[in-house]
Amino acid sequence: MNFDWFVLPFSIGLFLLFILVIFKISFWIRQLPLNDRLLLNKGIFSLKILRVIKEVILESLLHLRIFKINPLLGFMHMSFAFGWFMLIAIGNLESRMYAGTELNLPYYPIFFKFFIHKPLEIPFAEGFTFIMDFFLLLVLSGVLIAFSKRIYSKIVGLKRTTKLKAFDIFAMLSLWLIFPLRLFAESSAAGMYHTGGFMTQPIGNAFAGFLPLDTLSYIFWWAYSISLGVFFVCLPYSRYMHIPTEIILIAFRHFGIHRSKEYDIFKDVEVFSCSRCGICIDKCQLNTMAQVTNIQSAYFIKSIRKKNQQEEIVQNCLICGRCQEFCPVGIKTDDLRLSQRMIFENKENANFNYLPPQTPIKTEVLYFAGCMTHLTPSIKLSMVNILKNSKIPFKFMDEEESICCGRPLMLSGNTKDAQKLMQANIEIICSSQAHTLVTSCPICLRIFKEEYNLNINVLHHSQFIENLITEGKIRVQTSTKTISYHDPCDLGRGLGIYDEPRSILAHTGTLLKNNFEKNNSLCCGGSIANNQNYNLNKDKISKQVIEHLSSKNPDIIATACPLCKKTFVKYSDIRVADIAEIVNEQMILLHSS
Amino acid sequence: MIDFGYKIQADRQINLDTTDKDLANFVRKHENSFNICIGCGTCTASCSAGNFTNFNFRKLQLFICRGEIADVKTEIAKCMLCGKCQLACPRGVNTRNVIMTIRKGLEEQL
Repeated sequence: MNFDWFVLPFSIGLFLLFILVIFKISFWIRQLPLNDRLLLNKGIFSLKILRVIKEVILESLLHLRIFKINPLLGFMHMSFAFGWFMLIAIGNLESRMYAGTELNLPYYPIFFKFFIHKPLEIPFAEGFTFIMDFFLLLVLSGVLIAFSKRIYSKIVGLKRTTKLKAFDIFAMLSLWLIFPLRLFAESSAAGMYHTGGFMTQPIGNAFAGFLPLDTLSYIFWWAYSISLGVFFVCLPYSRYMHIPTEIILIAFRHFGIHRSKEYDIFKDVEVFSCSRCGICIDKCQLNTMAQVTNIQSAYFIKSIRKKNQQEEIVQNCLICGRCQEFCPVGIKTDDLRLSQRMIFENKENANFNYLPPQTPIKTEVLYFAGCMTHLTPSIKLSMVNILKNSKIPFKFMDEEESICCGRPLMLSGNTKDAQKLMQANIEIICSSQAHTLVTSCPICLRIFKEEYNLNINVLHHSQFIENLITEGKIRVQTSTKTISYHDPCDLGRGLGIYDEPRSILAHTGTLLKNNFEKNNSLCCGGSIANNQNYNLNKDKISKQVIEHLSSKNPDIIATACPLCKKTFVKYSDIRVADIAEIVNEQMILLHSS
Repeated sequence: MIDFGYKIQADRQINLDTTDKDLANFVRKHENSFNICIGCGTCTASCSAGNFTNFNFRKLQLFICRGEIADVKTEIAKCMLCGKCQLACPRGVNTRNVIMTIRKGLEEQL
């Protein structure tokens, strides 16, 4: 039997890793509610498992989503994950073909070159040595990029990379060391026995020229084994736990395991799936524009994992969704943050018994302006004018007494109080028997769509106006004005409404492109989701966003959210207008009213 | 006695040395924009809850500074946290967080 004492660190490490990971995963599965466990069982034995495997290959191994964000960063992650996976898989195949048995001890493939000194006499022997060298080279190139990224993160397109604590650095170094040590160990074996490939053989020959390989080789194998063992033991306690957990997360998503608003097992799995790759840090405007560097999702998620949630970190966030949009693991960072806010805030504080009983208003189209729109009256006046001009019977739901939609309460984590406001609004909406609810505020629109469970059409005014134009109910004159459009967070990333506003603006003038469009759009900075000492940061963010939007010197900066408009007008020299206002100004009056 | 429409009011003196300023200090500490409020009342003018009730954030601010916090809890329960006051405030007071901090302060005092 092939054995040497140096395999022990690796074997013990692997054993502990196996026990700890199995323990954690079974803990998660046991904690799932019964119906979710049934879904999991059903999913594993259905065709859905194929989709899970596909996504695991594309995302956990090849990291396609990171490639789309930055090719070099994608290559780095891919080289580690795919390269190492192939080394393990092909190493196993090679050793098993050589040994002629399916069963051998786990360390045998890893230290194959230590035990086997003569050139292999199996099919594709040379192919194996070539492939193993190739993938080792791939991983080594990844190590080199990772090292450069730590020194100068702009090389992979990140302004800042994740800050690490001592233990993280220790785990990272143990990972980085594995591959150079493997190279040295295999090269020295190649130098002595001529078993190397295109990379290990020349290096081995060079070593043989000036190094005492007999003793040094053995030290290299020990060091290689120790670095593997140390990494394996660190893995469950470090960010590298994302490697096994991401697979669980992908399976949970495909099997349709339920998510709740509270912090549940699904969210716990998400927390452990975070690799702290740093993409969220780079996308966060509080970081890039206001130099707040401790609250980004990677750190926030780490604080949950360490059970050290601080209110400041939890609350200091715009919930703009940029990090969520670009998270390569697909972690729902916004939901995660709201679930943590609920821990701090979800108490019954409010008493809305003063809300008067509503007299039903019967109509076809119900228009809800929303609180923010009441602060930008030109938007609601424009909407009323457009509605009147289209001759559609409508009622203004909150013309006099406006009840908040509840989303601001929800954004600060107070779901219980939000429910009370929602109930009041639902009663009005349902009693009106309207078939369509139109709102000017994307914040309201989002909660109407996601929480109210209304079985009527719920539209943003940009969608509604677009319908009016295509149906010929209103006509809009074009103009020579140039327009730069700003996608509001809740309308764009939140609800995926990108095209309707653009289509309207194309009717009214010339739409200019800017660098931050659609899902990459910036937050105006005015988000009511941020409750922390925020005014200074808001100034910094809003100013810079306006600079980006004004870069091509448009005649109008258009937006589709009253809150964005209200935020921008303070900082902009160029006119800021809502889509409804622009349409209202350029509307051709069809009927004399 | 002839009713002239006037009456003698109860004594309304507030001794600022002895009033309960714990809540005011708590809010100042955790949301320092509370300090820059000039009591102009724009918040109250724009208030959604104020549209239905006599909820008055300007008064609340004054009462808390004076240490008259007996009614604060029932009053503040009327707030919908919609954020209009925050946008309207000419001084940039982070009103939503002021409300949330007051709630927290009241909770800690109990």
